[in-house]
Amino acid sequence: MKIKSIDELRKIKEQYQDFVQLRKQGEGNSEHVEVLVGMATCGISSGARETLNAFVTQLAKEKIVGAKVISVGCIGYCHAEPTVQINIKGQKPILYGNVTEANVSKIIEQHIKGGKPVEDLVLQVDFERA
Amino acid sequence: MEGIRTHILVCGGTGCMASESEKVIKNLGLILKAREYKEEVKIVQTGCFGFCEQGPIVKIEPDDVFYVRVSPKDAKDIIDEHVIKGRIVERLLYKEPSNENTINKQEDIPFYKKQLRIALRNCGLINPEDIYEYIALGGYEALGKALTEMTKDAVLDEVKKSGLRGRGGGGFPTGLKWEITKKQESDVKFIICNADEGDPGAFMDRSILEGDPHAVLEAMAIGAYVIGADKGIIYIRAEYPLAIERLNIALKQARDVGLLGKNIFGTNFNFDIDIKFGAGAFVCGEETALINSCEGKRGEPNYKPPYPAEKGYWGHPTCVNNVETFANITAIINRGAQWFASIGTEKSKGTKVFALAGKINNVGLVEVPMGITLREIIYDIGGGIQGGRKFKALQTGGPSGGVLTEDNLDTKIDYDSLIEIGSMMGSGGMIVMDEKDNMVNIAKFYLEFTMDESCGRCTPCRIGTKRMYEILNKITSKKGTMADLDALKQLCYMIKDSSLCGLGQTAPNPVISTMKHFWHEYLAFIKDVDHPQGEGKYVPKNKIGIKS
Ligand SMILES: Cc1cc2nc3c(=O)[nH]c(=O)nc-3n(C[C@H](O)[C@H](O)[C@H](O)COP(=O)(O)O)c2cc1C
Repeated sequence: MKIKSIDELRKIKEQYQDFVQLRKQGEGNSEHVEVLVGMATCGISSGARETLNAFVTQLAKEKIVGAKVISVGCIGYCHAEPTVQINIKGQKPILYGNVTEANVSKIIEQHIKGGKPVEDLVLQVDFERA
Repeated sequence: MEGIRTHILVCGGTGCMASESEKVIKNLGLILKAREYKEEVKIVQTGCFGFCEQGPIVKIEPDDVFYVRVSPKDAKDIIDEHVIKGRIVERLLYKEPSNENTINKQEDIPFYKKQLRIALRNCGLINPEDIYEYIALGGYEALGKALTEMTKDAVLDEVKKSGLRGRGGGGFPTGLKWEITKKQESDVKFIICNADEGDPGAFMDRSILEGDPHAVLEAMAIGAYVIGADKGIIYIRAEYPLAIERLNIALKQARDVGLLGKNIFGTNFNFDIDIKFGAGAFVCGEETALINSCEGKRGEPNYKPPYPAEKGYWGHPTCVNNVETFANITAIINRGAQWFASIGTEKSKGTKVFALAGKINNVGLVEVPMGITLREIIYDIGGGIQGGRKFKALQTGGPSGGVLTEDNLDTKIDYDSLIEIGSMMGSGGMIVMDEKDNMVNIAKFYLEFTMDESCGRCTPCRIGTKRMYEILNKITSKKGTMADLDALKQLCYMIKDSSLCGLGQTAPNPVISTMKHFWHEYLAFIKDVDHPQGEGKYVPKNKIGIKS
């Protein structure tokens, strides 16, 4: 579909408001659980692809419906790659560092299923987005 | 959630749980119930706020008030005073250790406020391969607004007023460059995005392209509208395959929805972008060499003037801007020049992305407002020096820059202050060295790089850097004499003054600045050889004078 005017663009934007609210603040009406995996060159070279694959297979195995695994860019925390952010409605988005394949099941069990973040992997987010 | 007017967020992180945050929640709930406010106020247990040391943390939304060290018995005051009467409970606010000022907004707490992400605003937040995620977060609105609601001059004015300066290293005012290109009389003009990023250790531009490619495409279209171009080029090194792939996907998606191509937003503005690949030569980041390379010629620089804005790609007026420069544009159009100009220092507005590397704990990308100090970057954001060792020096500006020492830790950094203290902003590489690093070796490392990367077109750079490298090698293998140091110094200024382009003109900087700050380390290599007393006793052996 072609976007031919700014109004059409804004309409598309509106349709995505739930998505934005979940992504940014963990709010809104979206029923999805989002798993954002940092998949820039730096992340991939420290194993983010394996992490992403592990999430996809394990979420499928656990039959967790409504969970989306999404590859995103770099968040700048090279010292803690691979990084993963979990967005669940009603919770502040949680950023994890050093999420190797081995840590994936822990996050799924404890956080996505159990609702309790895996504290020792949580990264402090020390920036504001404009 | 209808009817809920207030959210009380209580940290449920391990740290806060250990300090009784669960009891806080329980008490808050009981009191709310007793006061019959349960329908209006919701208590939410959140993940870690990352401020464990001050826990338990309670945040009241939408008031954005942040309470620390909240004990279960404080619950009563939070409900009765704050929630019901709207009065902030002063004693629970965070106190900054240095001046005991109370702070009630999360953003104001030092731990949170150091970084502000404008250029990186979407990185790590959106799927770069989905244009709709970009649009959802306000993408392409700036372009739409520019094309349908603003004249070219109005857009230009915004960029000029914002005070944005080129992030590729030179710091040239972006608005002015656009204006110069706009003024040229020509039917054919080009806009080029410089994504060569050759500075060793730098990866800001790659991260932006991999994480938020549409931000660059949209900004290029805005720039093209202003200067009157209908064609853009992204010059990117072939060593960035993932960035190239994502750019190609982004280009295709933008074309599919008509945000690139003919009659964008129903106006008569046409614009499209090509990608050209560089082979990874540092000099090809220099704009005239880049243009030569785009034309299929050898990647060698030309004498300036004429500047690309006058005579660029195939002789047509061409505006060359850096990736990060572009990444700031849409934010400026969306939020206004005034907002942007309120961030930073008097002459350097906005933020800068740095790639922090070397002997620092939190290696990574940071985006900080101009005017921040190095101390804040290294210790507050970077987490200090690895292994608790002592900070020695920091290189900014890559092979073109210089070292900064402990004396500079509290300088507020921007384009001008960095030049004043003998370095430069550069493209954003920041390499931290500790007490174990030898500075002569560091200088030699950078010189080896520039020597290899010298294109050979002009003699001072081609031969001069080679001679400098030989002398440095001689010195570090303890065979150097004071005369060698002398010759090295003189070569530095000769190359600086007589090279054709920025590569040669800045190549000696690492040597000059390490000689200035760490002369004793050079002497240490020499001393034992033929002048045990060091510099004081030195009598020049040849006719080369010291110019400095
Ligand atoms: C040796 C050398 C290398 C350069 N490399 C880059 C580079 O990798 N990326 C870049 O944007 N600018 C680089 N520049 C600066 C460009 O010549 C030019 O000033 C810049 O792309 C202009 O964009 P800006 O005004 O947005 O910063 C380099 C300059 C020199 C002298």
